[in-house]
Amino acid sequence: MNPISRGPDWDFELLERYETAIGEVARDFGLDTYRNQIEIITSEQMLDAYASSGLPVGYPHWSYGKEFIRNEQAYRRGMQGLAYEIVINSDPCIAYLMEENTTATQALVIAHASYGHNSFFKGNHLFLQWTSADAIIDYLVFARRFVMECEERHGATAVEEVLDACHALMPHGVDRYRRPAARTLRAETARLAAREAHRERQFNDLWRTVPEQPERAVAPRSERFPADPQENVLYFVEKHSPKLEPWQRELVRIVRKLAQYFYPQAQTKVMNEGWATFWHYTILSRLHEQGRVDDGFMLEVLKSHTNVIAQPAFDSPSFSGFNPYALGYAMFADLRRICERPDAEDRAWFPDLAGSDWGKALDFAMRNFKDESFIKQYLSPRLIREFRLFALADHAAEDTYRVACIHDENGYRQVRNLLAEQHSLEARVPDIQVVRYDRDGDRSLTLRHTRRRGRPLSAAAAQVVAHLHRLWGFGVRLETWESDAMVGEPLECAA
Amino acid sequence: MHQLIDRRLNGRGKSAVNRERFIRRYKAQISEAVRKTVGERRLSDMEQGAQVTIPRKDIAEPSFGFGAGGDQEGVFPGNREYVAGDRIPRPQGGGAGGPDNAAGQGDSEDAFVFSLSREEFMRIFFDDLELPHLERTVFGRAERWKNIRAGFTKTGAPANLAVVRTLSQSLARRIALRGGLAREMREIENAFGIATAAGLARHAASLHDELARLTRRRANLSFLEEHDLRYRNRVQRPEPIARAVMFCLMDVSASMDEDKKDLAKRFFTLLYLFLTRKYKEVALVFVRHTDDAQEVDEETFFHDTQSGGTVVLSALELADEIRAERYASGWNVYAAQASDGDAFGADPAKSARFLRERLLPASRYYTYLELAASGHPSSLWTEYERVQVSTKHFAMRRASSRDEIYPVFRELFRKEAQ
Repeated sequence: MNPISRGPDWDFELLERYETAIGEVARDFGLDTYRNQIEIITSEQMLDAYASSGLPVGYPHWSYGKEFIRNEQAYRRGMQGLAYEIVINSDPCIAYLMEENTTATQALVIAHASYGHNSFFKGNHLFLQWTSADAIIDYLVFARRFVMECEERHGATAVEEVLDACHALMPHGVDRYRRPAARTLRAETARLAAREAHRERQFNDLWRTVPEQPERAVAPRSERFPADPQENVLYFVEKHSPKLEPWQRELVRIVRKLAQYFYPQAQTKVMNEGWATFWHYTILSRLHEQGRVDDGFMLEVLKSHTNVIAQPAFDSPSFSGFNPYALGYAMFADLRRICERPDAEDRAWFPDLAGSDWGKALDFAMRNFKDESFIKQYLSPRLIREFRLFALADHAAEDTYRVACIHDENGYRQVRNLLAEQHSLEARVPDIQVVRYDRDGDRSLTLRHTRRRGRPLSAAAAQVVAHLHRLWGFGVRLETWESDAMVGEPLECAA
Repeated sequence: MHQLIDRRLNGRGKSAVNRERFIRRYKAQISEAVRKTVGERRLSDMEQGAQVTIPRKDIAEPSFGFGAGGDQEGVFPGNREYVAGDRIPRPQGGGAGGPDNAAGQGDSEDAFVFSLSREEFMRIFFDDLELPHLERTVFGRAERWKNIRAGFTKTGAPANLAVVRTLSQSLARRIALRGGLAREMREIENAFGIATAAGLARHAASLHDELARLTRRRANLSFLEEHDLRYRNRVQRPEPIARAVMFCLMDVSASMDEDKKDLAKRFFTLLYLFLTRKYKEVALVFVRHTDDAQEVDEETFFHDTQSGGTVVLSALELADEIRAERYASGWNVYAAQASDGDAFGADPAKSARFLRERLLPASRYYTYLELAASGHPSSLWTEYERVQVSTKHFAMRRASSRDEIYPVFRELFRKEAQ
């Protein structure tokens, strides 16, 4: 087959042809995606998009301005390049491509974003559970309009105050576990009927003859409220804050919805990027095998690809933690290898996977995991060796770091578990829950930080409590507990 | 199914509103940075953007996170020689590096730096005073004549002959005439052929003669004719003097502290900005005085402190001397005087007289700013007030804060804008 094009210059007609070709290959591999909407933008527009986490519409807020200025400065001074693309979890799936990209880069980006990320958004359980791709853009438009109306009516400062406070609590404005879906009318009727039937079965006329006890006086409402600790602080504020005006509640809700929208992204960075990287590599290699792209094209793709998946060692000056592209890509590629060409070690570690259909195995992994569980499930000893992973223990009681385990027979499982934990949400976001709202007393709110392994909160916690106090309107108190005992002085903002 | 959309033509300033909010929110810090920059800058460089640095902690957005301490493990890539059980000393200073850089990340740069555009800088500099739209189009008195080009004419002195223009005229004429002749000749040749074939000998002969005549005419087309000639045209037009000299007079006695000097600098800058919009060339003369006046450079003017009494007259005399010596003709003279008005004895009265009799007649505009801390007008002020009654191009104001400076010039701007 003849190559689709030669040379670095592209036009829209050419991008169409690449999109079609990539789409064909992707469907051959069984990728299921939302429709694609590809938008070409300039570098300045890319900077704009950066500032709003890639969202095409956003409400005005100074922190986005700060983000914009920071990126712009870094970019202008050449300290930071711009991403080739930004992709949004929406239906149709919107991908922004920079006009500066060459043909090969555009094709890479289409394969990466419009097929890789897109299929991940459509398939991964977290995204399915927590985001509604078809409604997000409309919601953002609504949010922007609402915020601007509030600014007009109540003044920009008042709105900013609420938003600042909400932003501070954003990581604690998400539901981490699925709530039961609202029951349908039919299910509700059936439930009531069943309860009635149960009562009828239990009916025994004898009970009528038992003398009745005099009714006890109604005890004052002294039971704890909320009955169970609430992890979604913003939700609790929105529903129960005694002082918030309706428009302020709606602002809290908007920020909460945004936080929820980004919730899956934070937990699937490695998987999402790994998946997209795996597929741009696999799809474009297939196109190259078919002769539909030439060698120059492929060399350029490989150059970008290797840059993206570089993982500097811990002692390199360019080290800044794990590169999710590198780890994710290595894991998906390794998974394919385990399926296709397993060795004895793989058979011992992954008996179910070795020799199975790789397409199905990858699809299953993509759909049902998040970073933490994905690493725990699939990180192979071979990869641990290739990355030369080791774990350092930093314990308060010891005056040095200790190498806990390395890439050897004794260490594989521990390294794997530790790396998985490191990618869990709990490693980044402290466990803070609402435990008490003194409804009948001084209306104060008590939060509990459940400390684990002695890791304290950072100094910013006091400011966050102050923000929460602003939202709540009455006293707010943050206690730290570890092993059922309160630790230290609580942080407090009195009413 | 897919869709390709070209968004490049959509607006790019989507973040402008957020940027503006950021600047508004951190106005205090930014104003402080601008104030510092103003202190360092020369008057003539004032109108530029600026780099502003804000401490990162001031703009941090807090959220619950982990601090240093407690027990934790971190996994790292690229092991070289470690085996399980090795001990590695903690890095000094704690925090940075090692396993807890997950928590300490991002604090490495402690300053947030960004640039203000020229407009933003000036807006903050003048505390959001709406500066009038200063245009260069306002003209002052016509004082000199200037030759300017005004196209071409058909007559003129040989020295002004525009050769290229003349030749292109000639070429155009020749092409036009030759084309007409050629067409005529072709027609006659055709008619000649027909006439010959029809045997009309006499008619053919006359045609032949005609053809010969045209051929001659074509050969005789002259290369250059009188009406091809073009001359460069110049006309004389009145032109305002495009130069101005600005005298900055400042009292630098001990009572003038940094704050007052900062106010004075704004005052001078405002006048300077106005002049640069009006004149192509603006010269600056800095005269400082205590009990004795000196001409100094800008650096010394704003930053050097001196001690001594105050004799305003000395500065006025020196300014007038410099004017007479260097800027006697062909210059528009502007002067701005800043002082806290601490003058004693006969000095105020003498100064006012000198001003009225010598400096004012030679100046286009004279402004006096009294940097007043208390409510009492100084004796200099009282004397100057009398001058103001009789003179139109003299303005004076008392100011103790930045926003009072602009009104000094309001009169000036309004008059000039008419």
